[in-house]
Amino acid sequence: MESLEEIKARIEAVSPGARIEIIPNPGPANQPSLLLPNDGAREIAIFLRDDPGLRFDFCSNVTGVDWLDRTMKSKVKVKKVVEGEEKEVEEMKEEFFPGYLEAVYHLYSMARRDGPLVVRLRTKDRAEGTRLPSLTPVWRSAEFQEREIYDLYGIHFDGHPDLRRILMWDEFTDFPMRKDYQEPDDYEYEPTPHDEVLAKAKQHYPQRPASDGAETITAQT
Amino acid sequence: MEREIDEGLRSELQKQGIWVTSMQELYNWGRKNSIWPLQFGLACCAIEMIATAASRYDIARFGGEVFRPSPRQADLMIVAGTVTKKMAPQIVRLYNQMPDPKYVIAMGACAISGGPFKQGYNVLKGIDRYIPVDVYIPGCPPRPEALLHAFMELQRKIDEQRLTGRQKAEFLKESTPSEFPVPAFGARDLEPPANPEVFRPPVIERA
Repeated sequence: MESLEEIKARIEAVSPGARIEIIPNPGPANQPSLLLPNDGAREIAIFLRDDPGLRFDFCSNVTGVDWLDRTMKSKVKVKKVVEGEEKEVEEMKEEFFPGYLEAVYHLYSMARRDGPLVVRLRTKDRAEGTRLPSLTPVWRSAEFQEREIYDLYGIHFDGHPDLRRILMWDEFTDFPMRKDYQEPDDYEYEPTPHDEVLAKAKQHYPQRPASDGAETITAQT
Repeated sequence: MEREIDEGLRSELQKQGIWVTSMQELYNWGRKNSIWPLQFGLACCAIEMIATAASRYDIARFGGEVFRPSPRQADLMIVAGTVTKKMAPQIVRLYNQMPDPKYVIAMGACAISGGPFKQGYNVLKGIDRYIPVDVYIPGCPPRPEALLHAFMELQRKIDEQRLTGRQKAEFLKESTPSEFPVPAFGARDLEPPANPEVFRPPVIERA
C-alpha cells in the first residue's frame, strides 16, 4: 500500500487546503491513520472510494473512541530574571487538552486487494459539538455501525439516512461506552467481590457494628 | 410424598391384576410426562437446548419434545440464554400469556444471575427479578444432561403437587398471581429494576 504521506498528498492535490493530519501509532501495531477535517470529509471519502489509484471501495469496520479531557505536565526551560540576573529556570508546565469523540473507519480496497486504510473523524468536544458528517452515503456498510456509535457514544452523524438507537431501547438516554458513564445502581451480591466490585459491595452492604474487623461479606438469609 | 393408598395393599392388588390409583396421581402422571416447552432461545444455551431436543439426548424420552411456538399452548418456559434488558419485557409478556399451571427453568449462568455480563449495563441480573423460577441450572452453557436433570427435577416437583387440601399446589390457589407486571423501558434502566413481589434476595451484611 502507498504510505499515508502519499495518500495525503493525493487528497491535497484534489482538494487543496484540506487539513489532513497523520496520527501516528507508536505501539506494536504501528498502524498510523489519517485524520480528516469534518467539513469536506464526505468529498474526501468519495475521492478515496472512486480514485482509480486508491479505490477504497469497502468499509469493513467503524468504531468509536472516547478521549477524556486530560492535562499533560511537562518540564519547560524558561528564561527568567531572578535577582537581577537572567537565568534558565525549569518550570512545570500544565497543558490542557480538551476531550473529544472519534469515529474510526477501516477501509479496504477489494479492487486492488489493498488495505487497511484507517481514517478518523473527530468531534469538537464531548458535550455539545458531538456532530460528524455521516459516511453512510459513501459506504453503505457504515450504516449500522454508525447507528451503534450513535447509540453507545452519542455522536450525531449528519446525513445518516436512519439515525436511531440500534442496541439500547429508544427511551434510553445515556451513552454506555463513554468513559464517564455511570451505570444504574442495581448492584447485587456476588460471592467473590474484588476491586471495583468489592468497593460497590461495601457501599451497598454497610459494615455491621461488630468488632471483628473482618472485611468479608457473608450472606444472611 | 404421602400417598392416599396403602403401598402394601396396592402392591398386593397389582399382583392380582388390579391397578389402583388416585385422581391426583393420574393427573400428575399425565402432566409430568407431557410438559410442552415454549420454543424460544436467547443465546448459546439455546444451542444446548436444541441438542437436548435432538436425537442424541432426546428430550422426547421425558415427554418434553413438543416445543410449542405459541405461549398459549406451552407449560414450560426454558429461559435459555442471556436476558438483555431490552428483551426482559418480552419474556415477562410471554410468561403472562402462558396458561396455568406454568413452570420456568432458568438455564445457564446468564439466566440465573446475569453470568459473565453481570457487571455490565445491558444485561438483566437474572430472570427471577420478574418471574418466579422453578429450577435453576448453572453452567455456561449447561450440558444437555444438565437440562435433562432439570427436567427430571421439574417432573418430580409436578408429581409432588397436591390437588386438594391445605397443601394444594400454589397455582390452584385463588390468591396466587398468574401474571406479573411487565417492566417498562426507562431513561437509564428498566422500571422497576426488579419486581419485589417475586424477587426477594437474601439479606446480606458485611461481617
